[in-house]
Amino acid sequence: MPDLALTKKDFTSDQEVKWCPGCGDYSILSTMQSFLPELGVPRENIVFVSGIGCSSRFPYYLETFGMHSIHGRAPTIATGLAISRPDLTVFVITGDGDSLSIGGNHLIHSLRRNIELKILLFNNRIYGLTKGQYSPTSEQGKVTKSTPLGSLDTPFNPISLAIGAEATFVARTVDSDRKHFTEVLRAATAHKGSALIEIFQNCPIFNDGAFDIVKDGDTKGAALLQMVHGQAIKSETHGLVHDGASLKVVELGSVSESDLVIHDAHNADPSYAFALSRLSSSELSHVPVGIFRDVQRDGYGSMVNNQVADIIAAQGAGDLNSLLTSGDTWDVQ
Amino acid sequence: MTKPVVSLDQVTIRFAGDSGDGMQLTGDRFTMDTASLGNDLSTLPNYPAEIRAPQGTIPGVSSFQLHFADHHVQTPGDAPDVLVAMNPAALKANIKEVRRGATIIVDKDEFTTRNLSKVGYETNPLEDGSLDSYKVHAVGLTSLTVAALSELSLTRKEAERSKNMFALGLLTWMYHRPTESTENFLKAKFGKKPEILAANLLAYKTGWNYGETTEDFAVSYEIAKAHMPAGKYRNISGNTAMAYGLIAASQRSGLKLFLGSYPITPASDILHELSKHKKFGVITFQAEDEIAAVGSALGASYGGALGITTTSGPGVALKSEMIGLGVMLELPLIIIDVQRGGPSTGLPTKTEQSDLLQAMYGRNGESPVAVLAPSHASDCFDIALEAARIATTYRVPVFIMSDGYIANGSEPWKIPSVDSLPDLHVEFAKTQENFMPYLRDPKTLARPWAIPGTKGIEHRIGGLEKADKTGAISYEPANHDLMVRARAAKVAGIEVPDLIVDDPTGDADVLILGWGSTFGPIASAIEALRESGEKVAQAHLRYINPFPKNLGAILEKYPKVLVPEMNLGQLAMLLRNQFLKDVIPCNQVRGLPFTTQELIDSTMAVLHA
Repeated sequence: MPDLALTKKDFTSDQEVKWCPGCGDYSILSTMQSFLPELGVPRENIVFVSGIGCSSRFPYYLETFGMHSIHGRAPTIATGLAISRPDLTVFVITGDGDSLSIGGNHLIHSLRRNIELKILLFNNRIYGLTKGQYSPTSEQGKVTKSTPLGSLDTPFNPISLAIGAEATFVARTVDSDRKHFTEVLRAATAHKGSALIEIFQNCPIFNDGAFDIVKDGDTKGAALLQMVHGQAIKSETHGLVHDGASLKVVELGSVSESDLVIHDAHNADPSYAFALSRLSSSELSHVPVGIFRDVQRDGYGSMVNNQVADIIAAQGAGDLNSLLTSGDTWDVQ
Repeated sequence: MTKPVVSLDQVTIRFAGDSGDGMQLTGDRFTMDTASLGNDLSTLPNYPAEIRAPQGTIPGVSSFQLHFADHHVQTPGDAPDVLVAMNPAALKANIKEVRRGATIIVDKDEFTTRNLSKVGYETNPLEDGSLDSYKVHAVGLTSLTVAALSELSLTRKEAERSKNMFALGLLTWMYHRPTESTENFLKAKFGKKPEILAANLLAYKTGWNYGETTEDFAVSYEIAKAHMPAGKYRNISGNTAMAYGLIAASQRSGLKLFLGSYPITPASDILHELSKHKKFGVITFQAEDEIAAVGSALGASYGGALGITTTSGPGVALKSEMIGLGVMLELPLIIIDVQRGGPSTGLPTKTEQSDLLQAMYGRNGESPVAVLAPSHASDCFDIALEAARIATTYRVPVFIMSDGYIANGSEPWKIPSVDSLPDLHVEFAKTQENFMPYLRDPKTLARPWAIPGTKGIEHRIGGLEKADKTGAISYEPANHDLMVRARAAKVAGIEVPDLIVDDPTGDADVLILGWGSTFGPIASAIEALRESGEKVAQAHLRYINPFPKNLGAILEKYPKVLVPEMNLGQLAMLLRNQFLKDVIPCNQVRGLPFTTQELIDSTMAVLHA
């Protein structure tokens, strides 16, 4: 890529950042601002589209084009933009309420179509901006303002949902791990179609510590199952083995190294990535992080524009007069 | 032996049958052949929402009415002069609207005891004298068709399907329509199915010959060409005209046309038509729902395309929040509402004008948009260009209020020359220092259309209130007041042409003021009223928000203003609100256009109150 000689500062807008102190969104923003120069795309060709929620303030803080839209609908706006402007790099910024509750329909359809969007799903398992109601990813039994006796909803697993929706690129990372997040961003932006990145994000006000187990130095080594394409999937203490059609977490040492599952992110069969996605439970005892799935399928926008280009190549560009005078016509003298 | 030919000045024919009988196709073909003969015409397709309602029942009846004449035609006709009824249900469903003395052609093969009892006929109306005041032709449409096709290797059921072509052939003979165009149409439609093509052509020809040779049909009719301004013509429906108008707007503006749409009756044909024309660079996106449809259109507009969404009333309800975002972002957006009977799912295939207040006010906050309405089928072409002009000039969502009547109805259209179409060229914001995304043009009050890809003007917009000029988020009380008023002033200041009043003597006793698809029925009533010596004026609103600047003065001039609408008085409410004028509402919501007669009656009641 051409070195545009841009720096993190060039991608930082003049707006004062207004998240709560200690919010996981800060490090996500900072990682993104640091990554964008590397992307090699001029600032004016980058657009961030967001919905509603704390995370959706993200576009205001980036010196690119941006739109803070309405609740749940960012993928629809981004879809129209990406299809009609294939020259742009379009990110969607969303949260678990925005993308999985009110906007669930748009998320799955943009993934199945494989629209050229990079969707960053900030999952804090809570409604932050509306001050602390349970979200579609909150664990069952969650006590919140709207569920004083505990929530009854079974949570979504965003990764399973995305894979079920025919997503071609699905990954998970953690807000505070800048290096890992940057690697995932690098792969997602290199991917041709839709990319969904679930980011575990801490909300210090309404759901503090929800992800401590995968963030604390003491516990994360054991909890995080690192997925790197071509390498064995394992944490510091555990590994993965095949268990019939499924996958099973085992203690390292209880099996031979050669029995461990070697990660294949490009596996065409989605049931493999799906099986990986099922390893993460609400308790987060074993959480795969990295890229679950990265397969090639034509991007929707490029197919749309190819259809137009092909018909013009075959028949020539449309002529308005010919269109208006087509079919049965007659002359009145 | 040559049969006598009688000259008529106008005829209204209604084709009626089961929804699987092909009545819409039959009507369409007769319309095309009539149009190319040079008669003026107007059509009214009327069909059930179900694709195949139970066979032979009243709810399953589909009809197509066509009014054609040697003079200018304003409506599809109040009452048919000719009813073609393919079964007892079609007869029963339509007979009350057929005038005494009219011609009724029925398929007598369908008048079986079973079919009669299915629709509640205790005796056969063909035999019990109940149709004595009509000229009834009981023709074995089914048996004659099957007999004619006996040489072809078709099952009886397949052969029966061509009976609509037999009926069409017969009517084509009766009214001296040319046959080539329908023959060519059938060849194109069934070219890949030679047996079906042969069956249709043979049934069509046999129907024509039946009229020519049997004594049942003693005379045929001629209707001279209508006098129309010189030029090239075609027949066009409102939905097709709308699609062509949008393509024209794209071509004349140089903007890529992006349609985001979700299928909904009666708007889907605009999506279908635009989808055929990708060589104009048209992008059509069938979204997952109504919200995604308008969202994608707004996203495309943000990127510098002509963003359009097409829908009907229930879809508008779903799109409301996104249209509000369009108001806040101050981006061009065209929303086409092909209205149908409501509320809720209502009457999907029937017409109504009851979404006007929804378009005007159906959003949270002070959320003004422009509202336009085409007056007749081919006016959809012009209104689409107007909507594009207003949306791109003022950077505002624009509603086009079409309805099922003009969307599906058709009329001859004098094809405009491309050079005569307006220049819709637009300027995007250019690279500049200290760009201000909400700095308004002093004349139009529009903000810049600042599209991604333009270096140096990177900025953020959104649904939160914005500071004047800079567009930064602002919760300042005074700023919000300023911005709300600025958005309202922008829409109020949209330049629209003055309203023209048709009042030959200048001192009419009553003004009939309509909007949208009621134009034809009102014009037809005005004609009749003037012939009987009444002094009546007509004015028709194509611009509802903002209203034409001279509307207030016009309302003041006429002591009595009658406002016919296919709703319970929505325009009347707007007029009373804005002008404190006690207009007289005239309303019906039967799912059908006004008849000329009911408008005459309502006007007479006002005139002689």
